[in-house]
Formats: sequence, C-alpha cells, structure tokens
Amino acid sequence: MKTSRRGFLKISASGALLLGFGLPAQGESAAGSARFAPNAYLRVDRAGKVAFVMPHIEMGQGTHTSLPMLIAEELEVDIGKVALEHAPADDKVYANPLLGAQITGASTAIRGMYVPLRQAGATARVMLVTAAAQRWKVDPSSCRAEQGVVVHAPTGRKLGYGQLVDAAAKLPVPEKVALKESAEFKLIGTPQRRLDAPGKVNGRAKFGIDTRLPGMKFAVLAQSPAFGGKLVAVDEAKAKAVRGVSQVVRLDDAVAIVATNTWAGKQGLAAAAPQWDPGPNAKLSTADIVAQLISASEKPGAVARREGDAAAAIASAARRIDAAYQQPFLAHATMEPMNCTVHVTKDGCDIWVGTQIPGITQAAVMKLTGLEREQVRIHNHLLGGGFGRRLEPDGTVRAVQIAQHVRGPVQVIWTREEDIQQDMYRPYYYDRMSAGVDAQGRAVAWSHRIAGSSIVARFYPPWIKDGVDPDAVDGSADQPYGFGAIHVDWVRQEPPGVPTTFWRGVGVTRGTFVVESFIDELAAAAKADPLAYRIALLDKNPRARNVLQIAAQRSGWGKPLPAGQGRGIALCIGFGSFIAQVVQVSVDKDGGVKPTHVWCAVDCGIQVNPDTIRAQIEGGIVFGLSAALHGEITIKDGRVEQTNFGDYRVLRINETPRIDVRLVKSAEAPGGIGEPGTSCVMPALTNAIFAATGKRIRKLPVDDKL
Amino acid sequence: MIRLNVNGRPRDLDIPGDMPLLWTLRDVLNMTGTKFGCGAGLCGACTIHIDGQPARSCITPVSAAVGKRITTIEAIGATPAGKKIQAAWLALDVVQCGYCQSGQIMSAAALLAANPKPDDADIDAAMAGNICRCGTYPRIRAAIKKAAA
Repeated sequence: MKTSRRGFLKISASGALLLGFGLPAQGESAAGSARFAPNAYLRVDRAGKVAFVMPHIEMGQGTHTSLPMLIAEELEVDIGKVALEHAPADDKVYANPLLGAQITGASTAIRGMYVPLRQAGATARVMLVTAAAQRWKVDPSSCRAEQGVVVHAPTGRKLGYGQLVDAAAKLPVPEKVALKESAEFKLIGTPQRRLDAPGKVNGRAKFGIDTRLPGMKFAVLAQSPAFGGKLVAVDEAKAKAVRGVSQVVRLDDAVAIVATNTWAGKQGLAAAAPQWDPGPNAKLSTADIVAQLISASEKPGAVARREGDAAAAIASAARRIDAAYQQPFLAHATMEPMNCTVHVTKDGCDIWVGTQIPGITQAAVMKLTGLEREQVRIHNHLLGGGFGRRLEPDGTVRAVQIAQHVRGPVQVIWTREEDIQQDMYRPYYYDRMSAGVDAQGRAVAWSHRIAGSSIVARFYPPWIKDGVDPDAVDGSADQPYGFGAIHVDWVRQEPPGVPTTFWRGVGVTRGTFVVESFIDELAAAAKADPLAYRIALLDKNPRARNVLQIAAQRSGWGKPLPAGQGRGIALCIGFGSFIAQVVQVSVDKDGGVKPTHVWCAVDCGIQVNPDTIRAQIEGGIVFGLSAALHGEITIKDGRVEQTNFGDYRVLRINETPRIDVRLVKSAEAPGGIGEPGTSCVMPALTNAIFAATGKRIRKLPVDDKL
Repeated sequence: MIRLNVNGRPRDLDIPGDMPLLWTLRDVLNMTGTKFGCGAGLCGACTIHIDGQPARSCITPVSAAVGKRITTIEAIGATPAGKKIQAAWLALDVVQCGYCQSGQIMSAAALLAANPKPDDADIDAAMAGNICRCGTYPRIRAAIKKAAA
C-alpha cells in the first residue's frame, strides 16, 4: 500500500482498481495530512462498473444523485454506471469533512465533497488512461477518456475501463491531478434525474421501517408521557390476552408490547393501560418556559458580535425602536415514524435503521451494551424524512433497551402519537431587539439579545467558542446589514425536562426570522420601501443585493394589489448560499391567511444538480410555511399536548402556493440548499401579512393571531 | 380464515377481522410498499384501492375488503392510470425522501382513472388527504397534469 501526497491510497483488490481516499477533517487540508487514513472508497471493476461507498445518507435531499455526479464528471463515466453503497458505521473512518464526524446534516454534503470526490474521479481516470497508453506504447496525452472508455485519438483504438483495471491497479497513484475547468463540465450544472426515484414510485424502496427478517417480532412502544416520569404499573395479563401478544417489556420509564404484528401490539398496549408517575415536571407548562426565557433575556449574554457601542448609540439616538420575537417548540413529524429493528445475539447486536449519524449511534449502543465497535453492526437505510430528527441516537438506544429482553429480531415502532409526543424538539427561542434611529429615520445602532436552549452544548461541546453556541446565534451574529454599531449576545436557558435538537435550517431559521422581521419593522418606521431599505444597507454585499432584486422583479414588486393582499420580502444568507424570497399573501376578513405565490432567487454558487436545487427550495418553502402558519408544540402538565396530524397541522397541497424558483449562475464555491428555503420563507410570509394588514406577527405560528 | 384478493391473487389468512389492512399487508404479507404514517386516516401514506376506489388502509378492517379487489402500490403500474402516473412522477422527479409517495401515487392514480382531465380544484380535492413533509406538492400537481395530457 502506498500513500500519495494527495491523500489517495491504492488498495490491493482482485480484479478491480480500488482507491481509498481521505476526506479531510475539519481544519485540515486535503493534502499532507500526517494521520492519513482512507475514509471513502471508489472501486472500478473488470466489468467497468463503478462503486462508491457513500458516507452521506439519502433522506430526500438528492445526495445519492448529486455526489455520484461529481465522480462521474471527472471519471468520464455515465452517471448510471456509478453504484452506491451505504458506508458502515464508523465515525473515525467516514467523517463528514465539515463536521468532523459521520453526520449528514447542516447542508454540508456538496460543500464538503465538491473537491474530494472530483479528485477521486480524476485520479482513477488518470490511472486508467496511463494504463491504456502503456499498453499501446503511446503518449498518455494522445489518449482521452469518455464514457468509460479510453480512446487513442490518432488511431481510434479503444479500451474499456474494465479491461484496464488490472494494469491501472499496478501503477503508482499520481500525486497531482488536474480537475476540469467549469467550462468543460458535462454533468455538473445539468439537471440529472434522481437515481433513487424508480424504487420510490413502485413501493420497492426500503426504509428502515420496511425491514423484514425471519422470525421478526413487532414491539409497540409507550414512553412516559410526562418528561422525566416513570412507569408505575401495566396490566400484563390483559395485554397478553390479546391474540398475537407474546411479551410485555417493562423499562423504568417505558413499556413495549411485543407481538406477531403491529396491530396486535397496539391493541396489547391499549389493554395494558400503563400507569405513570409524572415525576419532577408534572406541573410544567409552556407558559413557565416562556417566563424563564423572558427573565433570561433581561440579563446580558455571551457576546457573539460587537461593533461600536450599540447601547450608547441607542440611548442617544433620536428615536428607539424595540420588539421581542417568540418562536415555538416544533416537532419534526417525519412521514416515516420513528422505528428501529434490533437483533441482540450472543456475539453482538445488529441494527436496521435509517439514521443521519451512524457513527454516533454505534457509539451510543456501545456505551449502553458494553459491546465493542465491531460487534455493533448498523445497517443503514433510506430515511423517510430527517429534518434533524434522525440526527439523534435516542430512538435506537431505546430500541436496543427493549431488544435486550427479546429473543430474536424485533422491530420497535413508535405510533404517530408517540413520535410527536416523544420527539426531541426545536427549542423555544425568545429574541429581544432594539435599534436607535436618527432624526432622518436612519438606523444607527442594532442590538439583538437571544435567549434559548443550546443544542450544541449537549450534541458537540467543542463547537462552542468563547461561551457562544455558534448555532444559537447563526443568522443573527452574522446578519449582513451595515449599521454604525452592532451588539449581538446570547443567554443560554434550558427548558426543564424538554429534550431539544436540530430542526431544518437550525440556527439560521430562527435568526433569519428575527433579523428579517426587525429590519422590516425599521423600514416601516422609516416609511421606506422594504426592498429599497435593505438594498441601501447592503452596499458590501453584491450577491445579497442581486437575489433581492431578482426575487422582487419576478414578483412584480411595487405594483399595487387589491385590499387584503400584500407582498413581503426576506433575505437569507446561510450554508454558503444567498436566497431571497417574496411571498404574496391574501388575508380574508376572518383573519384566514393564504400565501398564494412565492418567488425565490437562489445564488448557491456553482450548481451541481439544478433540478435538485429547485426541488429543495420548493420543499423547503413548504416545510417553512407549515411551521410559520401552523407549527407549535405546547406543553401542559409536563407533557406535549399535540398527538397527530389533526392537532399538529402541516401544509397540504390545497394550501400550497405557486412557487417560482430562479437560479443565479455563479462561479463561487457551491453552497448548501437543503435548509435556506425553509429559513427564508417564514419572515417573508409575516412581512407579507404586515403589508396586507398592518399587523406585525412577532410570535409564531401565525394560525389564529389575526 | 379470511380470504383476501390482493393484486389479483387470493390470500387465505388466519387473522382477526378487525385487523386493519395496513398491518395485514405490511406485517402478515410482508408487502412493505404501503406505508404507515399516522394510523388515523389523517395523512394518506397508507392509501390503497378497494375495487378501484382509494381507501386509507390504516383504518380499513380486513373484513370490509372481503370479496373485493385490493390493489397496492406494488401492482398499480399494471393499470393504465397507474402506469401514466408513475411515468409522470419519474419524468418530473417528484420524489424526495419518497416515504409518502406510495400513497400519493395511489391517490393520483384513482383520480386519473375517475377523471381523465382533472383541473386544479379536482387535484386539490383528491390529493388534500395526502401529506408530504418534503413538500413535493408543486411537482405532484404538475405530474398529475402531465399524466392527464
């Protein structure tokens, strides 16, 4: 085995060219890492087939199409020839270069893989071309690769990659390979059909919940409805009287009914009628949590940004403008309810699940069971939605706790009610804003106090720098508008007992709602056009100005609308992308809100698969509208009040506006697109409601607030 | 014993008559294309056809389907409307995570079979019972129109 400086490793394999390559960890460069180890693999076999072991999972965002495009582009093969294999769980080997662990999230797949995957494809191509040139005894520069074949241009001789892999595998790995200029791209930037689509239209695609194993049982789960409560009693005899129920598994804070099918398990659970001690949070309500946040927001926090003396500038300004914004707890409500299939055997534990974090999950199971890494085998699947929910190992840990009591494989299944009531929630945030305005109506100072839960402090404490959680202040500390003085700080305040986690758009979604709402308030106070007001404060940011102007122009910005209708605009800079949206809304006299149109301009740098970008923006807008219009988890008596799609409403097709997505051509580095569509639409909606009605929504969701 | 006709094939099953079709398909027959979403008829992920009519299998007991034709996502491609819908879904790349799409396609195929030229209001009425959290609604609308064209 020989390592090249570039970080590629040729691995002995029979009948194939196998390259291992090192995706750099956070803060490392691709070349010259001292502790090089391959963490992704590209294989070309004698049949000319290309396999890529994928560290990133597919949850709808299209990575299983866009990442193979990067390889196929430089390797010069048809994209349909690249087969994907899920990587096994291993945080050390399959780390996400931007996150330092095996995580699919934070819109990082394309951003982290854009260069390394092209280098891998190019390296393999150069070795195959060299092998062909040696066989023909010609100069490699007289050969070219196309569609899986090396061609000697002067003579027209051809050799397929499959015929060359044995010879190529004997060659040294080139230390440097040239990547294509963007003008030479054949695939990148062209719309490619999703490789995962056929199995998703005929029922053959397998999600974690579709795992079926010989002798497998089904376990229906109930966990303490109150956060931190305990199981007191179950009627085991009545549960076992249900046909098909074989076992009742009692845990300290949960019970599972094991049966030959899910229906029997559900009936068994109803018969078991579990009794709970609600525990220390028995009296907790949303109002208590909000009161704690308001109190926390009155104290100074860890400073995330300081330019000038904002407090003094506000105190001496001609006018002061204040506002407070509230964003609720949210559930993820993925269409595939939480589930996990586990088989505990005497030599280990097999787990079938769809997860964004195979490595973290493996480590959590090792800790629970005392098993070694190689004994915990995670078989990853397609995810029926993630949105952050499947960034946590809690469901798998719970399933293993149950499976430890069950002989043979068992699929542990959360009912929809259990899925919504036992989620880990997008935290409640309370933001306090102040601005100072001079006699001419110009804002001269901006102050932003953020109060809320830190997900990062639990999830990955090393990300916290100088006491500031970068997620908590994302979209806020880096807001793009220029003022004389800016102060942004954050106060950590955890909701007692309520588990919190990431939710689509993470900190950017929360920060963008507040920043884009308050800038709209400042524009209104200055009696200025909201678009012109923003543009004037963005003189150092041409990409932001450009997307704002495109979205506005597409929307017919400035043209009068009938009474009860309005347009609102918002800008979102996040995940390396620049997005602007205009929402047009219609509000009826009973306060019913209907967004009718959304125009979105997207500058995400180089576009890999433009059709996926459009799809992610369309879907992100629908996801954000669901939350902004209806989304709210409330807590009473220490437990979540919502239960199913009847009381946790999400957008349906008849409520969905017409969506127009305009992509901006750009040669900048590629940005993420899975999340900013969601982040941008919430303030664009509430700004549109203000334009239509004069009412400012400072507390989400909109629902019945008009 | 309960005899069901699933995708043209007789299946004799030793199950209680009140078991919903969803769990019969998924857990007894191992036909996992039909999805569990809510268990309460609220999301449409479990949509199948009974005698050609869309039905939420999570709230339909097997006893209600005895003597009737049950069609699932695994066989909808054999119907003219189902075939057109699947082709339109692929042409416009409707799917994202894909979990709800079995139900979406079953509802759309039933709509197209009953109404060869659905307008926006028809599409809203037929599809409003099917939730998609990835937000593929704009493409679902376009794909139904393409299949009807």
